[in-house]
Formats: sequence, C-alpha cells, structure tokens
Amino acid sequence: MRLYSFLILLLCSITAVSQDCNNTLSGTVTDFHDGSLMVEATLIVAGTEQAVQTDSNGKFTIQNLCNDTYHIQVSHPYCLTKGFTVKLSGDTTKNFLLEHHLEELNQIIIDGKAYSDKTNTMLQNNLSKEALERFGSGSLGDALNSLSGVSSLNTGNTVVKPLIHGLHSSRVVIINNGVRMEDQEWGAEHAPNVAINSIGNLSLIKGAGVLQYGGDAVGGVIVAEAAKVPIKDSLYGKTLQTLSTNGRGISLNTELTKSYLNGWHANIQGTMKRFGDFEAPNYILSNTGVFERNFTIDIGLKQFEYGIEGYYSFYKNEIGILRASHLGGARDLIRAISNPKPLIINDFTYQIKTPKQDLTHHLARVKGFKRWGGFGKLSLQYDFQRNNRLEFDIRRGDDRGDASLDLELDTHTLLLDLDTHLTKHVDLKTGIMGRYQSNFAPNTGIRRLIPNYDKYDLGIYTIAEYQLNDHWFLEAGVRFDHTQMDVYKYYRTSFWESRNYNQLFPEIVDEELNNQVLTSPELNFNNFSSTLGAKVVFNEEYKLFINYSLASRAPNPSELFSEGLHHSASRIELGDLRFGSEVGQKISLAFQKENALFGYSINPYIHSISDFILIEPTKVEQTIRGYFQVWEYRQTNAQLLGMDIDASYVFAANFRYNHQFSLVKGYDQTRDEPLISMPPVNTKNEIVYQNTAFNNIRLALQSEYSFRQNEYPDTNFEVFIPETGTSETVDVSTPPDAFHLLNFNSSIDFKVTNESTLTIGFTVTNLLNTSYRNYLNRLRYYADDLGRNFSINLKINY
Amino acid sequence: MQMIWVEIFQSILKSIINFLNKNKMKQIKFLSTVLLAGLLLTACSKDNDTPEQAHEEELITTLKVTLTPSGGGTAILMEYKDLDGEGSDTPVVSVSNNLAAGVTYDGVIEVSNETEDPAEDITEEVKEENLEHQFFYTSGGGLDVTTSYSDSDDDGNDLGIEFTLTAGAASSGTLTFTLRHEPTKPNTGLSDAGGETDIAATFDVTIE
Repeated sequence: MRLYSFLILLLCSITAVSQDCNNTLSGTVTDFHDGSLMVEATLIVAGTEQAVQTDSNGKFTIQNLCNDTYHIQVSHPYCLTKGFTVKLSGDTTKNFLLEHHLEELNQIIIDGKAYSDKTNTMLQNNLSKEALERFGSGSLGDALNSLSGVSSLNTGNTVVKPLIHGLHSSRVVIINNGVRMEDQEWGAEHAPNVAINSIGNLSLIKGAGVLQYGGDAVGGVIVAEAAKVPIKDSLYGKTLQTLSTNGRGISLNTELTKSYLNGWHANIQGTMKRFGDFEAPNYILSNTGVFERNFTIDIGLKQFEYGIEGYYSFYKNEIGILRASHLGGARDLIRAISNPKPLIINDFTYQIKTPKQDLTHHLARVKGFKRWGGFGKLSLQYDFQRNNRLEFDIRRGDDRGDASLDLELDTHTLLLDLDTHLTKHVDLKTGIMGRYQSNFAPNTGIRRLIPNYDKYDLGIYTIAEYQLNDHWFLEAGVRFDHTQMDVYKYYRTSFWESRNYNQLFPEIVDEELNNQVLTSPELNFNNFSSTLGAKVVFNEEYKLFINYSLASRAPNPSELFSEGLHHSASRIELGDLRFGSEVGQKISLAFQKENALFGYSINPYIHSISDFILIEPTKVEQTIRGYFQVWEYRQTNAQLLGMDIDASYVFAANFRYNHQFSLVKGYDQTRDEPLISMPPVNTKNEIVYQNTAFNNIRLALQSEYSFRQNEYPDTNFEVFIPETGTSETVDVSTPPDAFHLLNFNSSIDFKVTNESTLTIGFTVTNLLNTSYRNYLNRLRYYADDLGRNFSINLKINY
Repeated sequence: MQMIWVEIFQSILKSIINFLNKNKMKQIKFLSTVLLAGLLLTACSKDNDTPEQAHEEELITTLKVTLTPSGGGTAILMEYKDLDGEGSDTPVVSVSNNLAAGVTYDGVIEVSNETEDPAEDITEEVKEENLEHQFFYTSGGGLDVTTSYSDSDDDGNDLGIEFTLTAGAASSGTLTFTLRHEPTKPNTGLSDAGGETDIAATFDVTIE
C-alpha cells in the first residue's frame, strides 16, 4: 500500500508543470472514526514538496498551487500515512480523513485505552492480561473474585461461579468474544465454560446498564475479550507454565499470533490443565481433581473500514466432586455435619471418579463489519454454541458408569448492530438480535432435571450517548425482548396434582401415563429493560458516575421445571411453572479519584427486585431412602444494599498499598428476613513492591479477611432418629466463622533475547495453612477449604 | 523446536490467506452458505417428537420383610412402599401381625422397583454387588428384639438379606431396616459403617 502510493506520488510529480499558480488549498484533517481534529498532521504536496502542518484546530493552508490535480500525502504520528488526490480549480477547501490506526488497534498504547469502555455511566472494573496470568492455573471465577463487589459461589474449589453484588447464575451474563455464553449457567454448581487463558482483557460491569448484551443481566455483565492484534507485520507468542503443590498439578498454555500490515491476522491458543486431589490443611479432599483442555483459533481481516473474522473455541473440562458430598438423605447429612472431617478420605490420586462433571463447550463465530465515514459502523454476527453437560452420580447395577444427567444445549444467534454518530455530540447504538435454542436430554434412566425444550428470543435495543460538554456525559437506552419456550415435560402425577396444575393447566396435558403426565407447556415472556445514566467529570482526577437501570429476566428452565432429587445438594428441588419475569431496578453511584499516587473509588448501590426468584427449604419429605429436605423456588420482593470501596496509595518509592472493601446486605421484603447465600463482608489489603528498573520485580503480600455472615434465614429442619426415637435438628443454615488468609505473589522478568522475555513467578496462597470454611461454598458442610499452595509460574514471551 | 513450530504455523497461515485472496468470490459464497445454513437450522430444526419417558431404573419403591417363626406358623409380612419415589406422596407402611414374645424368626428382605412392569427385583442386584452393600437392623423406642446376620458377602462379611430376629419381652417401638451402599466393611454397626443410605424404612412394631 505504501509502495503503491509512493509510486503514484512519483508519477504525479512529473505532470506538475507550472501554470497560473496562486491558488490556496485549505481545510482540516480529522479522525475518520470520531471526527476529532488532528493536530500536527503533516501534509506534503507531491511534486512541489511543499510541506505544512495542521494547527491546534486541525486546520491547514497550502499556498501557491495551480489549477491542476495534486497528490497530497497526509501523515500523523498515530495514523497510517495516506495519499489523497485533489483537483484544484481556484481556492479550494478540502477535508482529509485519517484512520486513527495505531492508537486504536496496537498493543502498545501511546495514549488512550486498548479496550473500549462497555459503559460510560457506570464504574467498570478491568483485569488485564498480566493480572489474569496470575490466575492462569485457576478459573475465571477465581480471577473475578479478586475484584471488589465480586465473590464466588463455589462447589468445592474447582466449580467457581461469579457472584456480583450478591447475585449469580442467570443474573450474570458472560460475553465471551462477543458471544453471550449459553452454557447452562442457571445451575448454582455450573461454572462458566470459559477458559481463562483465552482472555486478553476482562471487564466487569456491576449492573444491567449494558443493553447491547441483553436486558436480563440483573446482577451484572462480564465481558471477556481476546487480546487485540496490531495491524503490522509481526509474529509473537507466549508460553505459560504453572506448577502447583496443592493438587500436584500443572497448567500449560501456549499462544501464537501472526499479523500482517494488510490487516490479516491469526491467533491460536491452547491450554492443558491437570490437577489431582486437592488438599485441605489436615486431609486430602478425595475426588476433587480437574482435567481441562481447551483451544481457540481466530482468523480475520481487519481494515479500518471493514473487517471479517472467524473464531472457534473448544473447551472441555472434567471436574471431580468431593466424594464425601454424595449423600443419601437427611441422616447422612447429620453424620456429615457432625463429623469434623469428610466421611470419605482416600489416598491422593489423579483419577477422577464419580461423582463428577464432564463438560464440553463449542463456540463458533463469524463476524463482519463495515464502516462508513460520517455515518458509522454496521456489524453482523452469527454464532453457534453447543454445550454438553454430563453429570455422573454414584449408580448401581447396569447403569454404573453412565451419566445421570446428560443435557445438550444448542444455541444459534444472529446479531445486527449499528453504531452511528448522529451529530458530533450524539452517538446512537442500535441493534436487533434473534436467537434459537434447543435443549435435548436423552434418557439416562433418571428423570430429566431440565426437560427438552425449544426457545426463541427476539431482542431490539437503542442506546443514545450525548456528550453535553466537557463535564457532562449522558446515556439513555431501551431494550425489548420477547421469549417463547416450547417445552415437553413429564411430571410426576403426585406433584402435578399437589400443585393443582391439573386444574390450572389441563390444556397442556398430552398424555396421562400410570404415574406420570406428559405435558407440552408453551410459555411467552415480554421483557422491557432500560438504562439512564450520567458521567460527571469534575476535572482530570475526579469523576462521578450515576446510573439507573431496569432489568427484566424471564425465569430459567431450572426455576420453572426442576422436579427431583439433586444429589450434590442432597435435597429435592421443585420449580414452578407459574413464574413470571423478575424485574430489578438498581441505582448505583460511583465517585472516583484517578491519580497515580493516591486513587480511590466509592461505589454505593441500592437494588430492588420484584418477583425475585429464590430457592429455599419448605418441608421435609419422607421417602424409602429416608428423609430429604424439599427446596422450592418462590418469587418475592427483594432488596439489596451495598457498597464497594477500592483505594490505592503509593506510600514510598516503588511501594503501593491496595485496599478493597465489599459489603452487601440482602433482604426478603415480603417475609422480612435476610436472603440466603449473601456474601459476608470482606476486605483485602495488599502491599506491593514493584521496581521496573530492576527486572520489573514485583513482590506482593495480600491479606484477605472474610467476616462471618450474621444475617441468614433459619432453614434448619428436624429429622426422626429411629435408634433413639427422638427428633434431631439438622443445622444447614448456621454460617461458618470468619477467616483470615495471607497470600504472597512475586514475579521477575529476564530478557532472554531482544525479542523474548522470561518471567518467573512464585506464589503462595493460604500462607499460614489456615483451616477455614466459606459460607458461599456449597460443600462447606463436608470439608474444609483449600490448604497452603506453592506454585511456580514460568512465562516466555517471544 | 520452537522455530519449526513457528515456521509451520506461518506457512499454513500464508497459504490460507493466499487462498482467500485468490478466491474472494468463493469466499463470499462460502460465508453466505455458512450463514444461510445457520439460519435454516434455526428455522427448521423444531421437531415435534415427544421425548422418551425416562424409566427410573435405580428407583427403589418397595421393601418387603418376611418373618417366618423358626418353629413354624404364620409368617409376618412387613411392607414399606413409596411408588412415587421422591414425589410428594408419603410411603404406605404395613405390618401384618404383632410379633410373639420369646419367638425366633427367620427373616428375608426383598427390595424391588414396582414402577417397572414387571417389577424389577433389586435384591438380585444387591446380591450381585454384595461387597458394596449391607443391611442394618435398628430397634428403637423400647422394642425388645435382638437380630443377627444369617448370610455373608463374598469376603465373609455381613450382608443381611437374611437374618434372625428374636422377640424378647412384650413391648412396642420401631424397627428400622437400613441399606447402605459402599459401607466400610467389616463394621460394628451403622455408626461406623459410613457409605450412603439407599433405604431407611421404619416400621412400628409390637411384641405381645
């Protein structure tokens, strides 16, 4: 391209013959993208070699030109040089548009951000590639847990589900490379099927204000993006290896990127992670190993005006579930709770036996965009996801070794988005989404937990952004979603009748079998969501974000249709066909001071959710296997209040102190009692020493303190003990004690060659080997959390 | 090693790019086919096939205990039946007769899944997997009975499908039959057996 324009310039220089040459060419040089004026852009007239620069208003004037055709080369430090042809007749005005390339797309950022903000009126938290690499052997949930306002709902230590401001599962939307993850996120023991090593940047928005991704993110949105590829000829890669003592595991990740100046680029990435049984301070957590494999391929052409990209990712994870957590009834639960150690402790092994989860997620995406100067950008995306979830319980007889639960969820999505600049100060984002999803559950010899269904979604949104002046930025958006579900479900006749469904929905019964009823419900939900916000920039340091968001979420299949025994929880779970959408209204404020020496942010919020869907124990059911607690989903009005505080202070050269504090309180307003599973107050304090002059050495000591959750509903229940002829209370609600953990993290860089760097990291988590149990770990009744872990990280960039 | 891998990757990439550059029309065709296929799949894949009914093969619905007096006489039949499994119906419990004081009974346990037709005999499965199962007998509430195992598993440890029950003095209380899956064997009773409860059926029993 450069050569081509150079040739043109050469050719043209011959034709420039002197004539009547008193004409002036004047105009401006502006950014193609946002219309901003380009200061100090250089214009060179081919042939005459006249050179001028634009002034502080982006204006230029070139004098003494003839009535002729000129070729002008326009260059700017942040842009690719571009040649223009101008035909002069008299004094002429001309505006040149430059592509703001390097700043926008390069990995090395001179000024500005590599990743655009997802929202402008809410505080957004980001985790960079470097921060993510520190969690390279963990999971996405572990990494997110390091941000204020985020905790995690765990099932053991390998199934880690993000909990944003006290909300989780279907209320947290995860966008993986532009694709909304449909990985059966409804279940509390279903961790996101996203490989942490495939992420270049992770953004967290603690609220529903990002309507382009959906209107149902009552809790928040997590956006994972691949690393940006520069538009230049380059080839680079990275290999990251982590060895850990706890779990005696290894994680190996390698990545290679190739890019060309013409915009073509390709990236491949693969990870293998294998851990055996993890260990609590005093014993082995039997059957908690994990074996993860994933790879991604990305090939695309990215020009400024258009681009096309194909992306495929494969994720497979086999996760062992603590053997001692598989129970048969309430009496086993009493035994497990009263025993300080897990009931089953075996020798260390890498083998993952039942109970376990075996997950596979395929994600394929094709995306194209076209940009028109002065109008905007139109993008079209199609994506396909297939999620296969196998859960293995301990089974008897011929079924031994077969999965108890087998669900295959296929999702197709088509997205059309348009970003336009209505005026210089008003941007408009609008789009339409169509989605088809089908769930197929083959017969596994156990009643289907989630029935077969087809689901259709149609969404449409508009968001307007208005830059009022240097201080005020306003944002408003609306979104409408329609959801239709066609379901086939077998109900137990006894349940069908006890819920009075036989009176309420006689029309959906297809067939009555001996003790089951086959039904085909068709459900429709219309959801409206909106957001309204402002950002006030007081000066370079102080900012205030104000946001109101209204989010509506249709109930998920689990909330509607669950009916049966959930082994990992040793309880019977019952959904409700009559549920409507839950609607959340959240007001969040964030006051931020950005300063390299001392910065902080304070983020209080209030969240009212009507028809909030929660699951709670209602009774005890007697079966031939003994007593089981019955948990039923119910809708109520809930209110959540909370505050996140972040602060960072450089107290001496190279020494930084980081502070985090998160508080959330949740109440069921209908029953006037606390909500179950709300994160306890926690605070993290860290001292970091970092010296870029000395091999970029970084040493960090972190203290993490989690208070005891003192507000919880009493969900204990009584069980008859035949030996004594009396009843005994099963204490499933009392939260465990507060705990304090110390973690150490360090890294140092070594230059191997000019182009490759070796980073060695050494990390210790739970330095004091503290025995503790976490209120938000579903397996806290059975075993302690993880003990001390030493790990060594080796990273080579080349 | 690393260099070879880089070179291979680079050459593959170059050939793909060359191919795509040369075949721009084909490329557009290919992409539109992919998109169309996706749309068609979306539009047409709704099938109206009703899903197969899941048979709960591992469900245990019924526990029957037959107590035959060693000296002969009418056998006592105890039955615990819960046809809807984890459903909301409460189990139906019956004991045909009271036990007689001082009498020794030979007991046999049968477990089955009566939602299958014909009913599936799960006692067979317990026998096949005898190393991983054991029955326990617990009396409570002042019932004066003593029990002992009459059978054993392949390792010679107690299994408990067959047992002997001796009724002591006249009394009444509860008698509970527990089936544990994967218990620690040998053990001294329920308290140190571990494993998971497959069956816990309690009967109200009177000795007269």
